[in-house]
Amino acid sequence: IFFFYSIHLLHTADNAGQFFSSGHTNNWAVLVCTSRFWFNYRHVANTLSVYRSVKRLGIPDSHIVLMLADDMACNHRNPKPATVFSHKNMELNVYGDDVEVDYRGYEVTVENFLRVLTGRLPPSTPRSKRLLSDDRSNILIYLTGHGGNGFLKFQDSEEISNVELADAFEQMWQKRRYNELLFIIDTCQGASMYERFYSPNLMALASSQVGEDSLSHQPDLAIGVHLMDRYTFYLLEFLEDIHPASKTNMNDLFKVCPKSQCVSTPGHRTDLFLRDPGSVLITDFFGSVRKVEITMETINLTDPIKQVEQRKYSYVDQLPVSEIIHQKPKQKDWHPPDGFILGLWTLILLVFFKLYGMKHLKHIF
Amino acid sequence: FDTSAPETVDPSSVPQPKDDFQEELVIRPLHSGDIYASFQFRTVWETDFMRGNKVSHYRLFPKSLGQVISKFSVRELHISFTQGYWRTMQWGQPFQPSPPGAELWVWFQDSAECKVYAAGCVDGTWKELTNVLSGIFCASLNFIDSTNTVQPSASFKPLGIGNETDHRFLRYATLPREIVCTENLTPWKKLLPCGSKAGLAVLLKSEKLFHSSFHSQAVHIRPVCQDWQCKTTSWELRQTLNVVFDLHNSAQGKREWSLFKMFSRTLTEACPLASSSKIYIDITDNPQGEQFEVSPATPLLSQAVVLGDRRTFSVYDLTQQITFGTVRSLNLLIRWKSSEGDMLRPLLHAERYVAGYGLQTGEIHTLMYNNHPYRSFPVLLLDSVPWYLRLYIHTLTVTSKGKDNKPSYIHYQPSKDRLRPHLLEMLVQLPPNSVTEVTVQFERALLKWTEYTPDPNHGFYVGSSVISSLVPSIVAMDTNSTRERPLFSSFFPCKEESSYFVRVYTEPLLVNLPTPDFSMPYNVICLTCTVVAVGYGSLYNLLTRSFQIEEPSPGLAKRIANIIRKMRGVPPL
Repeated sequence: IFFFYSIHLLHTADNAGQFFSSGHTNNWAVLVCTSRFWFNYRHVANTLSVYRSVKRLGIPDSHIVLMLADDMACNHRNPKPATVFSHKNMELNVYGDDVEVDYRGYEVTVENFLRVLTGRLPPSTPRSKRLLSDDRSNILIYLTGHGGNGFLKFQDSEEISNVELADAFEQMWQKRRYNELLFIIDTCQGASMYERFYSPNLMALASSQVGEDSLSHQPDLAIGVHLMDRYTFYLLEFLEDIHPASKTNMNDLFKVCPKSQCVSTPGHRTDLFLRDPGSVLITDFFGSVRKVEITMETINLTDPIKQVEQRKYSYVDQLPVSEIIHQKPKQKDWHPPDGFILGLWTLILLVFFKLYGMKHLKHIF
Repeated sequence: FDTSAPETVDPSSVPQPKDDFQEELVIRPLHSGDIYASFQFRTVWETDFMRGNKVSHYRLFPKSLGQVISKFSVRELHISFTQGYWRTMQWGQPFQPSPPGAELWVWFQDSAECKVYAAGCVDGTWKELTNVLSGIFCASLNFIDSTNTVQPSASFKPLGIGNETDHRFLRYATLPREIVCTENLTPWKKLLPCGSKAGLAVLLKSEKLFHSSFHSQAVHIRPVCQDWQCKTTSWELRQTLNVVFDLHNSAQGKREWSLFKMFSRTLTEACPLASSSKIYIDITDNPQGEQFEVSPATPLLSQAVVLGDRRTFSVYDLTQQITFGTVRSLNLLIRWKSSEGDMLRPLLHAERYVAGYGLQTGEIHTLMYNNHPYRSFPVLLLDSVPWYLRLYIHTLTVTSKGKDNKPSYIHYQPSKDRLRPHLLEMLVQLPPNSVTEVTVQFERALLKWTEYTPDPNHGFYVGSSVISSLVPSIVAMDTNSTRERPLFSSFFPCKEESSYFVRVYTEPLLVNLPTPDFSMPYNVICLTCTVVAVGYGSLYNLLTRSFQIEEPSPGLAKRIANIIRKMRGVPPL
């Protein structure tokens, strides 16, 4: 028995060694959809399919910051409410039954996005809206929407530029808010967004090069809009084959959606990344590392409850008409004191005649 | 009062505060063919969050809400998320009324840290509370700030027990634009003791619930009497979900409803943590079974006085194994045989609309209908209008049956631009069988261009008016608040027998404000820069540039020849 126990211990020590070789201890994901209006259904579907994959591979809701700029599922134009589909003929509902959106509607702004990344949020912000990463966190950031050469449009009213994004990542690096960061963007001319990065340990993927448009995949005739973008569609298909223990690495991710399927040329950037992409597992970013410590000892919880003094309570009247009417004293119109107006005019006349002399008196009378 | 640290007591000797969980579902077939289902989940906990003790062991009561109550000194909290508008004339009165969008009203406690005279203390707590709730319910409640919060002076009296009714501790806010979807239902379901795994909550599937005419989910927290003597209080948490399924959307036009058709699930067990788990089907209009037929049949019948009327219900007790029968699952079926019978007209209902034309002025009309043939009753109208609709209160008129009807109480707080909204509260006596019309004119303000939403042409919302009233009831109401009653009849406390309290919400308004063309700054910059670059630039070049003649560069042969000549020391070509 002791022999088998020691072998089991060695085996766990082996696993523990593998456990820490990647250098990160927790995983976070920030998934942002920046487009508003019903015809941008596909951007919400993109973000939700990445959300679904990330949740399936183990990252819990408390470690995901999901930002959706508009509501497609319960939109009045949606013929099937509470659903967002990614495949035509309504095969896959990526919205599901267990979804927690942290920033929605008008809250998805450039300012809120940058505040989430850098952690400079007002003190009353709840935990579910914060990115509480530390220097051992691997963060996945996914952006989708309409973009151009060097910018990404937020909700049709503002943009974020690639310089701002690069500076935000540098702030994160200096504040030790990430260990490694994977940045994926699915917009037109997406590669321009990662041109300006200069902080270490960043890996970036984009759906199209500068000068190219990212195209959408297929429309669904019942819903009436395009359901997904091509790059994310093939990315979703790729991720559906990944399970929490799979050993696929980043080089396979770079091969997702070649030009023949995507029409645009996906790009990637790994020069700022210290490790070799071939040794980086997909689950390092899309999955989750959890440190669980099991203990067998019992912990006693004390329960101090004091007795309350005895008082008789009663319910309140919902519409106490007499109390309400007498709440305000009766309004009386205010009149100036008697003779006030007469006195005021006398004063004015006296001052007038004093200044200009009594000869004007005959003009009045 | 002793506020020293609590002494550590041996846990086995101190009795654990008792907590109790009940769940119920009421199904009421409506005359239009639709069906109304109302879920209520009630947790009662005999503990006290307020008296300086830190509560650390939570069982049935959700910890997130318990921490909210103790941290923010909340005495009562009511929050509701509604999609759709309740049609009183077709559907009657709901068990728990709610306005479209999100509504939050809170009574704060007079706590040691926050005496009401410390200016802004309750406001600061309110702001933090809305932020915390926005995280708990995944809603944009952080948009609640001083521009849409009011302090009603007479409406929204506490629904729980209490003595102080100083309205400086009350805050009320609505967000009519708030969208309700699965992301709000998910955290709501997670607050239940059994989650959505057992009991009535397994029926809460979002794909069916949101494909309905009306969906409203709410959380109500208040202190209640523990027993009839009312010497001690316990905290009550009620989670309610009201949904009206449409005949044509969900039942494909056939007037036959079942649990499977409504929720795409059947019931297999009650929540093991529940002390009572019941389904009530309203069969008052069907005493001999001539209108519709309910299967499986049940011998249990119950009568309850709710909303001023005595209703009869068939009861299915899920804690009894016999309810599930041999198939071990319960799928209630309600099949219609004939469709006659008129609905009882609701005694009070209200409408609201915007009149006028153009983008400068308008008029808000609120109509309140009293359908009682001979009794008049008072109603309290609460209107909260955002600051960008500038109300002209001197044009306020209240008319009933063509004659002026002077309200016996008016409370008006004018708005301050970008700081607070208008608040208008009036106590109006509605004459029997009449329509009372309240009109007020307003002017639309021009906002600063950064204050517009990303989709300003959608319009701006004005929250629903709230009409609270004590309506005369047909049967005597039960004023004994602690007798064992079904949950749906014990929501509003009842102080007198001849009337019951009802709250009616009007429609929210959608008004267009004068909206600028947001592309104009870009157009102006482009045009100006083009004019400057082309016009001024050309002129500048013409005036300041000097022209020189330049030799064209020599060809390749000449260049080679020049190199050779340089080597020879001869001047180039």
